[in-house]
Amino acid sequence: MPDALSPTVHADHFAVFGLSRRLHLDLAALEKEFYRQSRKLHPDRFARAAATEQQAALQRTSQLNDAYRTLAEPIPRIAYLLELEGVRRRDERVDADGGRANQVPTELLEEVFELNMALDEARSGGLDDPGTRRQLAEAQEDFQSKLGTVDTALLERAAAWDRARDAGESGGEILQQISGLLDRRNYLQNLLRDVAAVLSPTP
Amino acid sequence: MAERIIGIDLGTTNSLVAYMEGQTPVVIPGEDGQNLVPSIVALTPEGEIVVGNSARKWLIEAPERAVYSVKRLMGRSQADVREEIERFHFRVVEEPREAAGIVRLRLGERVLTPPEISAYILRQLKRNAERYFGAPVRHAVITVPAYFNDAQRQATIDAGRIAGLEVLRIVNEPTAAALAYGLEKKRHGTFAVYDLGGGTFDVSILRLEESDGESLFHVQATNGDTHLGGDDIDNLLLTIALDDIKGDLGVDYFRSASVIQGLRAQVIAAKIALSSEPAAKIAFALPNGKEYRREITRAQFEELIAPILERTVGPCRTALADAKLSGPIEEVVLVGGSTRIPRVQNLVQALFGREPHCELNPDEVVAIGAAVQAGILSGGSSQDMLLLDVTPLSLGIETMGGVVARIIHRNSTIPASATEHFTTWVEGQTNVAIHVLQGERELAKDCRSLARFDLREIPPMSAGLPRIAVKFLIDANGILNVSAVEERTGKAASIQVKPSYGLSDDQVEQMILDSFDYAEEDLRQRQVVEARNEAQLILDATEKARRDAAFTEIENAERVHIGELEAALRTAMASDDYAHIRTRIEALNEGTRHLAELMMNSAVKGALQGRNVRDIG
Repeated sequence: MPDALSPTVHADHFAVFGLSRRLHLDLAALEKEFYRQSRKLHPDRFARAAATEQQAALQRTSQLNDAYRTLAEPIPRIAYLLELEGVRRRDERVDADGGRANQVPTELLEEVFELNMALDEARSGGLDDPGTRRQLAEAQEDFQSKLGTVDTALLERAAAWDRARDAGESGGEILQQISGLLDRRNYLQNLLRDVAAVLSPTP
Repeated sequence: MAERIIGIDLGTTNSLVAYMEGQTPVVIPGEDGQNLVPSIVALTPEGEIVVGNSARKWLIEAPERAVYSVKRLMGRSQADVREEIERFHFRVVEEPREAAGIVRLRLGERVLTPPEISAYILRQLKRNAERYFGAPVRHAVITVPAYFNDAQRQATIDAGRIAGLEVLRIVNEPTAAALAYGLEKKRHGTFAVYDLGGGTFDVSILRLEESDGESLFHVQATNGDTHLGGDDIDNLLLTIALDDIKGDLGVDYFRSASVIQGLRAQVIAAKIALSSEPAAKIAFALPNGKEYRREITRAQFEELIAPILERTVGPCRTALADAKLSGPIEEVVLVGGSTRIPRVQNLVQALFGREPHCELNPDEVVAIGAAVQAGILSGGSSQDMLLLDVTPLSLGIETMGGVVARIIHRNSTIPASATEHFTTWVEGQTNVAIHVLQGERELAKDCRSLARFDLREIPPMSAGLPRIAVKFLIDANGILNVSAVEERTGKAASIQVKPSYGLSDDQVEQMILDSFDYAEEDLRQRQVVEARNEAQLILDATEKARRDAAFTEIENAERVHIGELEAALRTAMASDDYAHIRTRIEALNEGTRHLAELMMNSAVKGALQGRNVRDIG
């Protein structure tokens, strides 16, 4: 029988793994620790235990899984850190009617405008016009390469933030830059998704 | 000894029950000696429910008294199943109920929901296990298709409750199969499970890790189609046969349930034969005296089923992509009866670039895995294994314009949770409605409505001021739990859940009361009454025998013995244990046999004495 469980609440996802807030993580070590804690906390280990312990196992395992899911992938990890550091706030929903306006980054305004025209054309007239198809394909390539640039910049800034933290600085300014890059990334991804949907519609 | 937990594969076509005997999983046979219990439920004209092979004959003799493939209807609404009803000849009760969600089926004189019908199958499996153990069973692990949604899982748990089983865990079928294989081979690495059963298709990608002597099964991704399986092949062949008959013989049997059931048995036999033979014959005597005959070659068969099999390709590709593997799939495991079809095996090999494994019986491997999971939960022999499964579908909430905001993505390891914050938009608003959906589509109308939650008793404040944290938690069974708290006051908000489909708790409770569990209690009482009546008869007869001349002829010791047996029976009669009463009746019967023989002899003599020679001659 495993030891009795208590419903522990960790300060944040990093604390679940005994880590301090850093954007670069040793993923192999993270996975190892994830498996170690899973073995200890999983509800399967408490199927015959008292209801309170079952509940604790459920809470702690979901906390562990949520933390691992968030930290194991770079983009969710960055977004989560920005939230923790108070740089970004998570959406607050208004009676199931909320939603955040998707603001176009100013430097992309012109290109996005053109792209949307092409998308509208493709949606209404299909892809029969080879010009439209070519324009969309070019836009896809263009925005894909922009996405690559953003990702490289994100990684560089993330490393810079870790260094700042190691040096005992707040790194607040770097986080603002990261937040801007993340907005840009989300925006580009949505655009690419729209283009992909038009270019190769799924039945 | 601790009570055993059974593992159940509640299949579309067949169901099985298994358990762990030490380190070894054992499939428990039914009374007829068969491991597979056909998932058929019939109601006899006498009002008796029969399940499995004994229900099969009703499918043909009186199709309105039998239901099969009911798993297709679990957790689904009337609107969902309209198409199925056509093809499966379910007799759905059409009713414009406001809770038009749940499907209700006619079975002979009765009207039952799919969970109630599934409960009859579960009850049969429970009985098989109880007979095998000679002890009651109350806890079970039940498998479901990995791609089952919340409502379908909940319906399965409801069925368990109605059958008198506490469902300790819902396990995904492909994962269960992986557990069975892992147990067998103790291998590690990345593998895929391709599970094409009677009615459902699943594909799962898993990683098996070994460390410190423990095996950890980590599901990376799962995908599937809960309405794709051997049934579809059967229906296709059946439709072709009915078309043939209509064309060649000019008779339309599309509405004749008994012809359809008879013909179905024939096409299934042909399908099975085609897995080993180059051709198969279908021959069926029609009610009009004519005979339908057709030969089908394997090549024709493979061409016919290609579009059905093609539908498994998309889910496999998506699962592979979602699993984000760093290396190739090392092993592929086949599960489900439909994977016996050579064409399916070829397709799987082409998809994954590996020759698939099918060492374990594809009909039994899921039940074996369920038994392994039962072993894990009982803290017994298989505790050195752990399964980390995922939720197959994304969970979202409806936002402005009917758009879905995803809060837990598909293939997240479960248990998983997400907390969302809600606020009000009207002065003093005290209720907030949340619509929860499952699915991958962008718009709420294209996703599966799971439930509507009404957050109530929010302290009246200015618009936008309340901060209600709603926690959505998917548990290890893949079922959603919701809790809410208003953060400014710290007050737990009360939640009214209205499941979009499925049964409310009260309905399930009522069904438990209505179920044969209840009827069985009646039966037990009747058996006690009958046993007491019989006991009284034999006591009366013995009393009468004391006055017979024969009583004086027996030894004193025998008379004392009979007296003791009478007293013992009287004591037994006071109990509610009909089996005990019967044992005592038998003992008294046995103890008075000699006396009865003597009485018989004297009766014969008396009869002869009273007659004269002429009468006898």
